[in-house]
Formats: sequence, C-alpha cells, structure tokens
Amino acid sequence: MDTREKDIEKLKDYKYGFTTDIENIKAPKGLNEDVIKFISNIKKEPQWMLDFRLNAFERLKLLKEPNWQKPKYPKIDYQDLYYYSAPKSMKDKPKSLDELDPKLLDTYKKLGIPLQEQARLNGIAVDAVFDSVSVATTFKGELTKHGIIFCSMSEAIQKHPDLVKKYLGTVIPVTDHFFATLNSAVFTDGSFVYIPEGVRCPMELSTYFRINASETGQFERTLIIADKGSYVSYLEGCTAPMRDENQLHAANVELIALDDAEIKYSTVQNWYPGDENGKGGIYNFVTKRGLCKGNNSKISWTQVETGSAITWKYPSCILKGDNSIGEFYSIAITNNHQKADTGTKMIHLGKNTKSKIISKGISAGFSDMTYRGLVDINSKAKNSSNYTQCDSLLMGNKCGAHTVPYIKNKNFDSNIAHEATTSKISEEQLHYCQQRGLNPEEAVGLIVNGFCKEVLQQLPMEFAVEAQKLVGISLEGSVG
Amino acid sequence: MSEQLQSDFDKIVKISKFSDEEIKFKKIFLNNFIKRGFPNRKQEDWKFLDISQIIKKNINDLSFFNDYSHSNKIDPSILVDGLEHNKIIFINGRIEKIDFNFEDQNKIEIIDEIKKDITFDYENSLIDLNSAFTDKVFKILIKKNYSLKKPLIIYHSTNDKINSTNINLRLDFELGENSCLKLIDYFADNTAKNFINIFYNFDLQKDSVLKNYKIDKFRNDNLKYSFNNIDQGNNSVSETFILSTGSDYLKNEINCNLNGEYSSAFINGVFSLKENQQHEIRTTINHLVEKTKSYQLIKSVLGKNSKSAYQGRIYVNSKAQKTDGYQLSKAILLDETSEFNAKPELEIYADDVKCSHGSASGSLDENSIFYLMSRGLNYQQSKELLINGFLLDVVEKITDPEIKNLIKTIIGLKE
Repeated sequence: MDTREKDIEKLKDYKYGFTTDIENIKAPKGLNEDVIKFISNIKKEPQWMLDFRLNAFERLKLLKEPNWQKPKYPKIDYQDLYYYSAPKSMKDKPKSLDELDPKLLDTYKKLGIPLQEQARLNGIAVDAVFDSVSVATTFKGELTKHGIIFCSMSEAIQKHPDLVKKYLGTVIPVTDHFFATLNSAVFTDGSFVYIPEGVRCPMELSTYFRINASETGQFERTLIIADKGSYVSYLEGCTAPMRDENQLHAANVELIALDDAEIKYSTVQNWYPGDENGKGGIYNFVTKRGLCKGNNSKISWTQVETGSAITWKYPSCILKGDNSIGEFYSIAITNNHQKADTGTKMIHLGKNTKSKIISKGISAGFSDMTYRGLVDINSKAKNSSNYTQCDSLLMGNKCGAHTVPYIKNKNFDSNIAHEATTSKISEEQLHYCQQRGLNPEEAVGLIVNGFCKEVLQQLPMEFAVEAQKLVGISLEGSVG
Repeated sequence: MSEQLQSDFDKIVKISKFSDEEIKFKKIFLNNFIKRGFPNRKQEDWKFLDISQIIKKNINDLSFFNDYSHSNKIDPSILVDGLEHNKIIFINGRIEKIDFNFEDQNKIEIIDEIKKDITFDYENSLIDLNSAFTDKVFKILIKKNYSLKKPLIIYHSTNDKINSTNINLRLDFELGENSCLKLIDYFADNTAKNFINIFYNFDLQKDSVLKNYKIDKFRNDNLKYSFNNIDQGNNSVSETFILSTGSDYLKNEINCNLNGEYSSAFINGVFSLKENQQHEIRTTINHLVEKTKSYQLIKSVLGKNSKSAYQGRIYVNSKAQKTDGYQLSKAILLDETSEFNAKPELEIYADDVKCSHGSASGSLDENSIFYLMSRGLNYQQSKELLINGFLLDVVEKITDPEIKNLIKTIIGLKE
C-alpha cells in the first residue's frame, strides 16, 4: 500500500496548468438582472435574446440546486462569481487572425492548438473559446464554400438570428434543471454549427475551451444543427490553469439532427482535476442533449473524461424520429480525489429506434466513479432495442465504482439488454505481460488500453492518439 | 388521515394491556409516521410504484383499529395439504395459533415481548406504521444445533370480521448456531382492499441456515408490503424465494447484512402478473466483510396492464474483499400495455471483487414459437411451454426438494 501512495505522489504534473497573463474585461461580480443585461449589452444582442435570458433568470429564481448526485461538493456561492470575462483585446473584434493578440495565439500554441491557418496539416477547423468569448475560428473560407456555418454563438446571434431563434432552447428548454437554466440566463459564448441539406462536412470541426481568469465560471452554449441528409463530426477539448479554488463550468450543448442526418460529437475533457489532495479543480456540470428529430437520423456521443474535480454530466439522446439511432461511448477515469457521476439517457419515442451504450469506468487512488444511465422505451416506440454495457475497473481499495442504471420498458415489441461488471486487473493478465518483458506500469497501460479499446476506436484519429496518451497519464502512479 | 391515526391509536391503547413504556415507544413511532406519511415517488426507493397514490386510489377510508381481544375461528380450508408442517396462523392481524407439534419443544422458545426499538437505520415510514400498530410481537428462538424437522408455514389470512383497512404484523426470529429453519409464508385472503404491512426480523448466528419462501398465489384485491431484515453471521446461508402473483399490489423488500465471513445470500423471485397488478421487489445486500457471496435471479412475465419493478442494490464495503455478487433480472412482456422497470445498482468500494449484473426484457421469441409450432403445438401451447420453461428456471433454484415440488404444484409448472 505504501508504495502505491508514494507512486500517486509522483504523478505527473498537469501540463496545461499555466495561466496566461492577459488583461480582462469582467462583468461585475454576482448574479442579477444587471449582470445579465451587461452581458447581453456587451455582446450587442438583440432584444429577443435578452428576453430569453431574463426569462431563464426568472425561472432560475424558482429552482433549487439538485442534490441527488453521488459526489457532494461544498455549496457554491453564485453571487461570488464573475459571469463574464474576456480578454481586453477582444473588445473590438479583430477582423482576422493576424490582428489577434499574440499572447492568445501563444496560449493556444502551448496547448497544441494551432490557430493560424498555415497549420493546415491538421485539417481541423477550430473555434477557440477563451474564458467567456470565442477568440478565433479557423478555416472559415473553405467551410463557407459548402454553405456550412461554423462560428461563435455571439456571431450567430448577430448574423443568423433566424436559425438561432428557431432552434435555441428546443432541446434544452429554459425550464430545464438548475444548471441548464443558469446557463440559459448567463451563457457567454460557444460554437454554432449549421450544416445545410445534403452536405457532408469535409473536415472535423472542433472547439477548444480554455478557462483562464480566476473566480470566473465558464458558461458556454453550443448549438449544432444538421439539416436533412447532412453529416458532421465535431470535437471538443478543454483545459484550465491550476488553481486552489474550484471553478464552475456549466455548459449547455444542444444537437439537432433532421431527417437522414448524422452528428458525431466527441469530447476529450481534461479540465484541471485538482492536486493530489483534492484541492482545487473544475466542477464540470454540463448538460448535453441531442434530439434525433428527423427519421433515420443518428447522434453519437463519444467522451473521454479524465479531468475535472467533479464531473457530472449525462449526454443524452432523444430518439424522436422513426428509425433513429443513438449511441454513447464513454471512458471515464478518476484518480486521486476526483469524482465523476456520468452516463447517458436514451429516450426512445419513435418506431424502430436503436441505441447502444458502452461505458468504461476506471477509478484509482481515492476517487469515486458512478455510471448513472436511463433507458426509457416509450409505449409508442415499437420494435426498438437497446444494448448497454458498462464495465468498471478498480485500482486499490480506497476508491469506489458504482453503477446505477434505470431501465424502463413500456413496449412489448422492444428489447433491452443490460450488462455490467466490476473487477480489477487480474494477476494472471499482469503476470502474462510482465513475463514478456513489460514493466508493471506498461502492463497496466496495455491492459487498460485494451479495456477502453471499444470506445477509443470511435474517436477521430487525431483525438484517439491524444486520448490514448491521456489515459496513460491519468493513471500514472496508480499501480500498486 | 392523521386524526384517524390518532383516534384509532387511542382506542387501541384504551383496550390493550400494553405497559406504559411500550405505549411511550409506540407513540414515538406513531408521531414519526404522522410526520412522514406514506412513502411516495419523490423517494428514490418508491420511484417506480408510488404506494401513497396506490393506497389513495384503492382504499377510500383508511382505518387502523382492530379489536384483538376476541379470537377468530380458523377456517381449515386455508391449510396446505400434502405437506406435514408446523403452523403460525394470523387472522386479521391477530395470532390465532402457534403450533410446533412436530418439533422438540425444548429446542424452540417463543418469547412474547415487544421489542421496544429498531436497531438498524431505516428511512421507511411503513416500519414506523408497523411498529405503532402491531398487536403483539413474538420472537421465535431456534436453539443451537437444532434443525426443524418440518417446515414452518405462516398463514396470513383475512376474513369478513376485519374491522380496519390496515393490518400490521411483525415477527422476530433468532437462529442459534448451526440451526436450520424452513419458513413458508402463505397468503389466503378472503377480503378485499386492505393494506397489509408485514415486517420480519431475522438474526442468523454462525453456521445457521434460513430458507424463506413467500407464496402469494391466489388472486386478491389486497395491497401488501413485506419487509425482511436479515443479519447474517459467519458461514450462515439465507435463501429467499418470492412468488409474486396474487395481490393487486405487492412489494417485497429484503435488506440483508452479510456480517460474517463466508456468509451468503440467495434471492430468487418470480412475477407472473396480469390485469392492473403492480408488483415490486427491492433488495439491498450489504457485503460488509471479506469472502461473502450473493446471488439474485428475478424473472417476470407481464400480461395486460401489469407492471413489475425490480430494484436491486449490491453494496460492497471497502473491507469486503473477495466479494462475489450477481444480479440478473429478465422480463417477458406479453401485451402492449405491460411495463417492466429495473434499477440494478452496484456500489463498490473494494477492488478485489467480482460483481456483475444483467437485465434483459422483451417479448417472447417468435423464432422459438415457430420452432414449437412446426412440431405440432398450437400457438397457445407453444407460448405456455416457453413461459413454463422461463419460470421453471427460477423455481429449480429452490434447494429444498419437498418445497420445490409443492411450489411447482401451486404455480402449475410442468417439468
């Protein structure tokens, strides 16, 4: 046991833990109507948007913070947060990347995200969100050629108000739960994607989120609409500096797939998880929901969750269109004092709908991990099926792994199958690998990668490599 | 409702022979219940079937007062034929007969005392209701090294002399070292729309064996709740079998604490439901020490407008290494109005464990029906044969051959 604890201490530093020294504009501390008006004002939003926010804020006053989740956290003082923070240089939006503050470009270079379009090799269009605002979106020209809209949310509100008005809040209404409603009231920026009818997006779209300023919460809102017969693959990555305080990240992500459309949404979440004693770190309370609105549509969520002090999110699919498909692939890794309560909801409403859930949880150190999922087959969802598999791996006896699936079958034509196992890495497997010359750490890495393979396969190539490395780093030192 | 509770309680106190101390404790439970009321869907454990709504819908006037000073006549037709057995007979909530004729009387002790307190944590207001209104609580003690020769059947019966719409029963059992008890709960109801609340407490010492078979077979309009609390010592075994088909509403709850090494718990259940029946099994198995084992198998066959729910929880303490835990729930939905809900939960804090669960639900396999029909059976026969096989699987898990045969005959299963 002692060696294990020592090993944990050796854990590699969080390499994205630096802060960028940059001048900020902040909204006054606190949550009230004036702050919401301030945000709306600084973003030059039309009246309907402000009404949307104020409506949400009215609603928020009636709501209570939920407390049924497994990881408990100290009470958050919502009046002691900055709800808007933006680099000063962004006040008058730079027209092109050349005008962008070099410090910002540097930051993203350090994070390994090239914003300059020269870095074409990557071939991924990136929207970078720094604290509360989107700082740059790359590859705009090429995307416009196909009629694809990929821009920041604030820009979309200005330039494409019809689309935003039509779809914003249709999947996650302002009347949703506490954190979603909070987001509706104070959201600052995020990405907006619209893929027109019949277009297959030629490259991966990606958003990179970065929290920099202290005492701020990040509330971004992403809206992706895939029109009839279109396809898009979207990636999301996140990091934050190391700080002793806990920072709140409460984003909303809405996906809408119309007839025959497909959206693939991948997340590699690596927010700062706090130090080895559980001090600091991000509270990642995110609401992600996709609506398969049209027939034959498909939404697929893939997530690799390695960061954050507390992760609490359930990317869900509402399978409304007939023959629609929902998928959820997840790897969640917790180490030290991290806590995660994550899973998915598959709500089958249309006929012949199918869903698949593959969830892999790994907990080490003193961490706690919960898979919580809902599969609900409605009485009208004839001939639907679901398959769920959730496996947990435990490393050490100071951590916990929990599985809480809710299964509701109201349709006799439909099938639900659920399987879950919890185990540790077997001595035989370790022995086998070590016999062939791997050291214990490598052996564990190999076995864990095999354990996660089904999910890693779902990630786009560039991300898969990063995620695989991340899995290794997150577990370093947890082998005893 | 609280006025009714209070006035019925006062009536009971007036005619009873309870001591002052007993009344004091009963009052605490009564006040707890008045404060909390019946559990509802806001509580996680009652999410799927909301008992407060079900009671409201089915029972118009809830009343709690029964005069237990007169005895009831035992209707011999309710007794089980073809199996020699010991008896405890409850009629309308009153113990009419305790009969251990087949046993060595020195080895069994019946203690007539009201347990004043409940020693475990519970968040269940129905236990408050039970503790406030039970008539007498008997504790049955099986002494060291004694195995009962014949099974004990507890008859739960009601007749038209019943006064209240709610009955509360409680029995405590202590199984001494290396003892064995086979216990059958048998329901024979002759009234409708009563809420019956049963609470058993079992204390299993080292090496003891408890086999509990709960048989709710005959169609009746009553609502029932049964709670078993089982504490297990080293190397003890508990086996629970639940046949859940008769009542309008039935919830069986089992809370099992595996306190001793090598102890094991087995829970098997069968739901076979139709017309508006709503049944639930909820289990909590607490693996608290090393090398314990639990196994659960629950199967449902659901007809028109029926609903079943299974909530199973396996908790593994960080000390409980080498735990082996397993849950499987399966359901066949026969009609478009039937509904199956499950929440198989694992909560694990130790790493060297083997825990898994599975759940599957769907309709009867058309291919299998086709196979049988191509061999000359008609549709109805093939369907019955498949359901028969599906349920037989659970009944085969019963370890006592005599009781297994009895239950097979009761359900009408063929081999």
